[in-house]
Amino acid sequence: MKKLHFLEVEGNTKGFYTFLGLFGLISVIGMLAAYYMEHNGHWVTGMNNQIIWGTPHVFAIFLIVAASGALNVASISSVFAKTAYKPLARLSGMLALALLSGGLMVLLLDLGRPDRLIVAMTKFNFVSIFTWNIFLYTGFMGIVGIYLWTMMDRPYNNLTKKAGMAAFIWRLVLTTGTGSIFGFLIAREAYDSALLAPMFIIMSFSFGLAFFMLVLIGSYKYTQRDLGDYIVNRLKNLLGVFVAAVLYFVLVYHVTNLYSADHRGITAFILTDGGIYTFLFWVVQIVLGSLVPLGLLYGPTGNNRTMIGLASVLIIIGGMAQLYVIIIGGQAYPMHLFPGMEVSSSFYDGVVASYSPSLPEVLLGLGGFGVTLLLVTVAVAALKFLPASLADAVADPHSK
Amino acid sequence: MTINIENEKQQDTAAEVESSRRNFIFGSVAAAGLSVAPGVMLYQTANARSLSDFSLKDGASSKVRWGMLVDTSKQVDWNKCVEACNKEHGLGNETNSRDDQKTQYIRVVDVTNKGTGHSMSLPVMCQHCENAPCVDVCPTGASMKRADGIVLVDRHRCIGCRYCMMACPYKARSFVHEVLTDQTENTPRGKGCVESCNMCVNRIDNGQEPACVEASDGAIVFGDLNDPNSTISTLLKEHGGKQIRADLKLNPGVHYQGI
Repeated sequence: MKKLHFLEVEGNTKGFYTFLGLFGLISVIGMLAAYYMEHNGHWVTGMNNQIIWGTPHVFAIFLIVAASGALNVASISSVFAKTAYKPLARLSGMLALALLSGGLMVLLLDLGRPDRLIVAMTKFNFVSIFTWNIFLYTGFMGIVGIYLWTMMDRPYNNLTKKAGMAAFIWRLVLTTGTGSIFGFLIAREAYDSALLAPMFIIMSFSFGLAFFMLVLIGSYKYTQRDLGDYIVNRLKNLLGVFVAAVLYFVLVYHVTNLYSADHRGITAFILTDGGIYTFLFWVVQIVLGSLVPLGLLYGPTGNNRTMIGLASVLIIIGGMAQLYVIIIGGQAYPMHLFPGMEVSSSFYDGVVASYSPSLPEVLLGLGGFGVTLLLVTVAVAALKFLPASLADAVADPHSK
Repeated sequence: MTINIENEKQQDTAAEVESSRRNFIFGSVAAAGLSVAPGVMLYQTANARSLSDFSLKDGASSKVRWGMLVDTSKQVDWNKCVEACNKEHGLGNETNSRDDQKTQYIRVVDVTNKGTGHSMSLPVMCQHCENAPCVDVCPTGASMKRADGIVLVDRHRCIGCRYCMMACPYKARSFVHEVLTDQTENTPRGKGCVESCNMCVNRIDNGQEPACVEASDGAIVFGDLNDPNSTISTLLKEHGGKQIRADLKLNPGVHYQGI
């Protein structure tokens, strides 16, 4: 394995400014959408008193979950001492921070009173998992920041393993915390499962790595740097394992829910008669987001970069569908004030709540992706995150 | 002229009748007051802590747990409670929100047993849980439980995250989806905050009963659950009562009979 050489992406090029402009525009549109919603109030959205968390939460939670997953590559390198992943550790850490920033931005801008952020940062209720998440997110930023520093500043390289271990443990706790936001909701059948927290961890592995793959392949393609099959194939095989693991958790989640009589209603709703949610589950999450990517990654197209990229895009779309089904489908299914009884009221008791995402909600969510990619674009140009070459001769530890 | 004298006489007689009627009413009220007063005194003595004993200046006390007992078997138009609540808190002033976005503190729920066909209606509001999930999940402590058991939202602290709405098993909370004007003095509602029934905390602190209780023609009894001699405790002891979703072990302060 040849010596690794990291190099900034040349900033003063047409391509760089194109990406900067594109991602900047998406970010600005997202913020304008947030301003529109905040100025008018949430009546301009599809959200209501039944679907309390809408599309922005789907985007925000996807980005936050993917953030901790994007750190995986660095963890494998530092914690599990796999040298093959070492060249990618910096990008992995930086991507984690960028994804978390994008996700948090969406989450905060969807608050009813984002102007009261200072209240959230100064008044705490330590019984609330949300309060814990505030510390988990800011702590993640700090720890991953230190971790990146130890990787990029030579005198501190000897601390990388320790920082990497701390970041690894922190990210596991963080995703457990994100999953637990739902796990603590006793009255909603969809969320009343201890499996949600570990399922969110494995989802983070899959979504985070899919996003990482796209950034890796994209950035090397557009900077015309060498990216060998060795590293890409290792990553895509790992990605396939994660996708299969998510499928396993989804299966166990639904089978255990079917086992208990009081959860059969919600399971039947998602799997058979939930309309859009059933469609999103089977067609987008399972077929397009899981089975097709598995075929693309492990089938004859497994060595084709375009197909690996397509698989990653599908995994992300499938992941968004999965979160849509969990978050919005879980709210749409009525809560049972009187189990076994037929219930109706002016407040939509006993009926499946209706929700259609409004344009500003989607734009705010996309803005989160925009901010993430904008940060990545600036970061790779400002600091040495990307190896100058990841050709097999450099990346493969067994290469002579 | 004769006619005029006649008229004056008639007016005098009418004034006398009016005066004697007034005296009669006064007398009756005074007599009733005199006869009722000892009863009231006795009642107050028996009820060591009655509503009028508490006022804002004392602050909320954990010796008290305010609760309600709803008798669903009484033939009452529960919508009168909803109207009283809306009036008290100035609800229904949204101009842009869709129906599914509008605030409701109290709603009438119709319940039908599919097996037997038996159906009933009952008012459902914030159940003022002892172990309130909305209080547990609120990141800023805006969603809080007062010492006397009333669960309410501090609207200066609420950041509008809506986690409490996700956590509430009774769907008791609403989110203000738009800019509001002409709020009532006692209920400062505003865009971007979560709100719910606060048991008319403003009235309780002034020694009055909640608006829905007042409008319920006696079908909702309000009182101190901690006081074994209070009417609500006596009724619950004698006739029992149920809490909605008691299986969740949240110990709501709102009890029901006939469900």
